[in-house]
Amino acid sequence: MELDRPNLSYIKTLADGDADFEANLISIVKRELPKEKEAFLESIREQNYQNSAEHVHKIKHKISILGLEKSYDIAIAFEEELKNNNPSQLETFLNILQNMEEFLKTI
Amino acid sequence: MKCIIVDDEAAARAITKQLCKKIEELTIAEEFDNAIDAIKYLNTNTVDLIFLDIHMPTFSGFDFIQTLKNPPLIILTTSDRNFALDAFEYDCVVDYLVKPITPERFAKAVARIKERGSVTQKVEEPVSNNSDETTTTIGNDLYVNIDRRLVKINVPDICVIEAKGDYIKIKAEDKNYVVHSTLKKIEEKLPSHLFLKVHRSYIINTTKIVDIEDNSVLIKQDVIPVSRANRKELMQRLNLL
Repeated sequence: MELDRPNLSYIKTLADGDADFEANLISIVKRELPKEKEAFLESIREQNYQNSAEHVHKIKHKISILGLEKSYDIAIAFEEELKNNNPSQLETFLNILQNMEEFLKTI
Repeated sequence: MKCIIVDDEAAARAITKQLCKKIEELTIAEEFDNAIDAIKYLNTNTVDLIFLDIHMPTFSGFDFIQTLKNPPLIILTTSDRNFALDAFEYDCVVDYLVKPITPERFAKAVARIKERGSVTQKVEEPVSNNSDETTTTIGNDLYVNIDRRLVKINVPDICVIEAKGDYIKIKAEDKNYVVHSTLKKIEEKLPSHLFLKVHRSYIINTTKIVDIEDNSVLIKQDVIPVSRANRKELMQRLNLL
């Protein structure tokens, strides 16, 4: 499945020319995302899918901050599936995370 | 308006702060990454508005609201659309913002707070009794402007009115109302034979008093402070044995 590409459109709209805010928000996302990903992966390893759903819920906001509308919808569906103990979309979700991480390295 | 932000996600707090910066009336006093610290802060500080995340570990936004005895206005922020109905069960919740929050939607939420209202007018003009001002009566209905609607409150049902910054909270028998107004303004619209200002932040309906102690009265389940200066008038009003 082809995923959408991250972008700074939302961040730039919020910043409205405020470069400090833009830099600060990007740095927060760079700092928070790896921690949230690690907590998510740990819950998957423990097969605690209810907990995984909580982590996806939190990561979802980062997905939207990076302008990933299609990926955001996938995350919503994945969160619901995890609540039903179904991790079948794990690989797609991991691809989304990888997509975001690679983008964050470029900015 | 003095605001606080409660959200466990730093990115979300940064975004809310940025959105607030664009609106002159909003001042962020503090931000918290958990509800417990926010509760501790509110024990000793008052605020007009809370931007509150629903989804927080161990202590959710809804748990937080339920711990507040007199909650200020609250705008909920969440990544989940499913809680909207639950959210509006609370009188203090003004709006429900789904992340990612856009500047336009944020501005609309703030406008709702401004429109939450001011006491407008009573339906009936005062029936003047020239002989004694304190017996001046008004009709039984008070209309308040809440979310662009004029909501009717039956005046005798009002138990307590509490000042909360730029707002007043009207506690009636069955429902509470938060209105953009002052105690002074509403005091002028209430019948003085029923209502008395007993403290700089409280007007009470004297017929609703259950119990009186030295410096407080009990109305329903609320303990209302009575200042020393107002105690004498309160005691004169009561039918004491």
